[in-house]
Amino acid sequence: MFGKLTWDVIPWSQPIPLVAGSVVVLIVLAILAWVVLKGYLPYLWREWITSVDHKRIGVMYTLLGVVMLLRGFIDAIMMRSQQAIAFRAAGYLPPEHYDQIFSAHGTIMIFFAAMPIIIGLMNFAVPLQLGVRDVAFPTLNSTSFWLTATGALLVNLSLVIGEFARTGWLVYPPLSELPYSPGVGVDYYLWALLISGVGTLMTGINFVTTILKIRAPGMSYLRMTIFCWTALAANLLIIAAFPVLTATLGMLALDRYLGFHFFTNDAGGNMMMFINLIWTWGHPEVYILVLPAFGIFSEVISTFSGKPLFNYRSMVAATMFICLVSYLVWMHHFFTMGAGADVNAFFGISTSIIAVGTGVKIYNWLFTMYGGRIRFATPMLWSMGFLVTFTIGGMTGVLLAVPPADFLLHNSLFLVAHFHNVIIAGVVFAAFAGITYWFPKAFGFKLDEGWGKAAFWLSLFGFYVVFMPLYVAGLLGMTRRLQHYEVAAWRPWVLIAGIGIVIMMAAAACQVIQFVVSIRRRDQLRDETGDPWDGRSLEWATASPPPPFNFAVLPNVQGAEPYWGIKQRAIETQQLSAEPRYEPIEMPRNSPTGFITAFFSTLTGFALIWHIWWLVGLGIVAAYAVFVWFAWRDAVEYSIPAEEVARYDRERRRARAQWLAQHAGQPA
Amino acid sequence: MDPQGPIGAANAKILLNALGIMLVIVVPTIILILAFGWWFRASNPRARYRPDFVYSGGIEMVVWGIPILVILFLGGVIWIGSHELDPFKPISSPAKPVEVQVVSLDWKWLFIYPEQGVASVNELVVPAGVPVHFSLTSASVMNMFFVPQLGTMIATMNGMVTQVHLAADNPGEFYGQSAQYSGGGFSDMNFTVRAVPQDAFAQWVATARQSGSALDRSSYLALCQQSSNVPPLTYRAVDADLFNAIVTQQLPPCPGPNIERAGATVRPQPER
Amino acid sequence: MSATDTPFERAADPYRVGRGRDWLSEGAGRGYVYATGHGEGGPASKRVIVGFGFWIFLLSDIVMFSAFFAAHAVLQTATAGGPSGRDLFNWWSIVAQTAFLLVSSFTCGLSAVATEARNQLWTQVALLVTGLFGLGFLVLEGRDFAAMVMQGAGPDRSAFLSSLFAVVGLHGLHVSAGLLWLGTMMAQVFVKGFRADILRRLVCFNLFWHALDIIWVALFTVVYLIGLGR
Repeated sequence: MFGKLTWDVIPWSQPIPLVAGSVVVLIVLAILAWVVLKGYLPYLWREWITSVDHKRIGVMYTLLGVVMLLRGFIDAIMMRSQQAIAFRAAGYLPPEHYDQIFSAHGTIMIFFAAMPIIIGLMNFAVPLQLGVRDVAFPTLNSTSFWLTATGALLVNLSLVIGEFARTGWLVYPPLSELPYSPGVGVDYYLWALLISGVGTLMTGINFVTTILKIRAPGMSYLRMTIFCWTALAANLLIIAAFPVLTATLGMLALDRYLGFHFFTNDAGGNMMMFINLIWTWGHPEVYILVLPAFGIFSEVISTFSGKPLFNYRSMVAATMFICLVSYLVWMHHFFTMGAGADVNAFFGISTSIIAVGTGVKIYNWLFTMYGGRIRFATPMLWSMGFLVTFTIGGMTGVLLAVPPADFLLHNSLFLVAHFHNVIIAGVVFAAFAGITYWFPKAFGFKLDEGWGKAAFWLSLFGFYVVFMPLYVAGLLGMTRRLQHYEVAAWRPWVLIAGIGIVIMMAAAACQVIQFVVSIRRRDQLRDETGDPWDGRSLEWATASPPPPFNFAVLPNVQGAEPYWGIKQRAIETQQLSAEPRYEPIEMPRNSPTGFITAFFSTLTGFALIWHIWWLVGLGIVAAYAVFVWFAWRDAVEYSIPAEEVARYDRERRRARAQWLAQHAGQPA
Repeated sequence: MDPQGPIGAANAKILLNALGIMLVIVVPTIILILAFGWWFRASNPRARYRPDFVYSGGIEMVVWGIPILVILFLGGVIWIGSHELDPFKPISSPAKPVEVQVVSLDWKWLFIYPEQGVASVNELVVPAGVPVHFSLTSASVMNMFFVPQLGTMIATMNGMVTQVHLAADNPGEFYGQSAQYSGGGFSDMNFTVRAVPQDAFAQWVATARQSGSALDRSSYLALCQQSSNVPPLTYRAVDADLFNAIVTQQLPPCPGPNIERAGATVRPQPER
Repeated sequence: MSATDTPFERAADPYRVGRGRDWLSEGAGRGYVYATGHGEGGPASKRVIVGFGFWIFLLSDIVMFSAFFAAHAVLQTATAGGPSGRDLFNWWSIVAQTAFLLVSSFTCGLSAVATEARNQLWTQVALLVTGLFGLGFLVLEGRDFAAMVMQGAGPDRSAFLSSLFAVVGLHGLHVSAGLLWLGTMMAQVFVKGFRADILRRLVCFNLFWHALDIIWVALFTVVYLIGLGR
């Protein structure tokens, strides 16, 4: 009746997951209770859960990602502290637990922290920067988000119900096959990723269509912001790579559930094929993460230097170059699997070639700063930290791309330090830069500068204290994923890294405090005009937060940096452009489709994990029924009357006119 | 970073050379980043504000050109290095290489000396100054044979044979481990490598032939069961085709865990 | 920039089907142009957007199939001592399946013609026939699979058979999903008539059904014809 589910699957006898799980459950229940008792539920349902507005969905994605970042960070704290004390000792985390923690850390950070934050920022900013009202398929967008949330929920459920995979974040077979992982851990992993992978693929389709087919009049390709270009490249990569992930994990699921032999040791299975396929997805995945991060930095550096981006066309070329070549380098993740010198050399060279594109970008950012008037607000600080730190990480990557060097450093802490170097400096710093940059646009008030800067400096310093010693430990031969170790030479470095994680904990605390303080002080931090940073792209033309329809009238784009042009003209002529003729606007209706589909997907996923076959059938039928019910609706859109459009827009214009009057006669 | 053999030394040399090449670019870049950031800060009245400086053909050429040149050079290093240090490539030496067959099990290492007819677990004894040709496979999941001070690591996989050639220049004791996570006992999967003078090696072989049990199919199957922290031991005789039988799967892959934490109802599927 | 006096705002709203004229930027010096769907004239029409998005989805689906094809290429010879393709393939059944799919693509095209003519009866008939041929395809394929399993040549016998069942089965799964979709479309067309959004969905369905046929051609070639030579 309940498949493999019994009361034993809850970790009664293991204090750490039991306490952690109980705390999380209590917090979740407390939040739910507060929401319901305060009467927020109808508002949340109407305005957020069923919303198909890209701005709301973007915020929800980002919030999910940030919460999961904290969860993954807690895993990291546990790993660093375990390694710090486990020199010739057992430490406090037994192997079966430690192994789940590092697997969960990687899985959560990549799939449920980094991806959602990046997708969230793209969701929020891209339609605004393109000067349009929403993405191509708004309800699909909502479904994407909720499916991603489903995956995150399933992974977190494994903490209290059952266990997580003990295989590392990429579940290599044969370790992940049934004989060696008979528990439910790998199944949790598989279904969480298969379900959320569908969501991500739909995001890819949505954004490629939006960027290529839905832009403001006059916005040719070379007038798009560079963030939109990087979003395009990333979403093209999503479309080209995520189906491979679905296929590969699907094959593993077939092995585990139906006794297939894709990757088993026996009956002709080929584990090397898994490794090839998964990295065919895996390498484009990291570029999916880092390209929009580059785009964010381009926007931030340009805005805070007060200059257009240096060599925009070269940046576009470098972006698309990286997009293409990222598909040609996957083998550098397993030089030591014995492919032979020719193959190894080819992929080593292609990996080095991709470094050229990134190098070009760094220099273009450098020369964007040259001749600028740089304001070191928090987003710009994150960018500076990125520029220096990422250069080091990129360098170590090129080192690892040399097969003979990799023969010594594969899977060592040097590798771990390298990819954290590029992901933290690249993606995480970009996440914080982007969140700080666009926060006022989303919520109408800025984040507190003081706590933001504190968070930055502590993060930067903490990063170096954690990961530079790990480079050294890797050079001394320490391999990754060790629950305890014997070699004395590694000890000092592991200890320093343990101290560093405490610094990063302080940084995380500053981030949290930053949000609390900013919300408390929001009236003093209010963004009145909608353009708090003297921005250059179209999102800063709207009010903060923008009305549901973004632009009362779609802007007519006449050059690159359209908003900058509008602003300069207004400042020169000391008046706003004439008031447009307002028309009613049709917007898509909200829909619970996404949420309900995800609900049934969660049930189906959970049922598949625990072999509750009747529930699987029920879940699939119900998900299909939701789809049909959604497809059956007649009222797809609702109309915003012209008077309401006018009211929103006149308020925005009034704020702008006021700013103009206050800054009369001052240079731009 | 303390290589004790020719392969390890060559690997390390390439690593350091590549690092040097990259630092030539990276260090000035970082200095420029910090310098530009400092000089062009808004509060610096001496810096010239040039909002129209958005393109320069010269800079573009340099910015694409220098990385391309470096990568060309590095490409050469990669091509040559990958061929020179291909694990399949024998070490040129007047001495005849010693053959060692390596099997990774859960969670220990089995070293078979086919020419000497002995085997050992978790201790690898090799003559110093003599190249060793390793043929490797796995009895269960993927592992990676790695002796940091001797150089190149290589994967071990069930049903397949990988190869690597290594040598220790001088006698010494080195640390060996698996560099591919393979399950609960992975952290204990380290072993000692002892490089000894040639006569000491012959003596070790002779001693091994006189003590311990024989490694035949049934003792191998006992070794197959999942265990960790296995103290080093030797076998006085080895079935001649044991390694082959493991590779061709005449001896089936070793089983996984018998019981799972997640409930008594969870059962591993039987191997076919 | 004058936002008021240009008439483009009317057609630029993305939630209107693009009709009428669009104003390209002044700098280009061109006058009124129809929204070309390439974005520069403002957002494209819904029909273009939906069609384009669905094409991209089909491309991603083809990428997924490619992964399975690649796996099949690797595992073709991994028969683990068991039967190979030559021993197993039931040629008459495979030819019949191919014929059924090709005919169903033809009748699907006929349904598109009937839809253009807004003829409810013939649209439904053509769609029904398409569905029946699709169903026939599935029945034949199911029987083949069952027969192989009975013989002890199920997907758990060897890696080759795993790959065979997976790639052919994935296609069959898509056909099944297509049939479910077909039934839903027939019901929608019947109840709601030829409304604009229903028409857009029919276009998507047609694309999907024809794409399935193309995948089958690739499958037939790679798995069956080339597999025969192994």
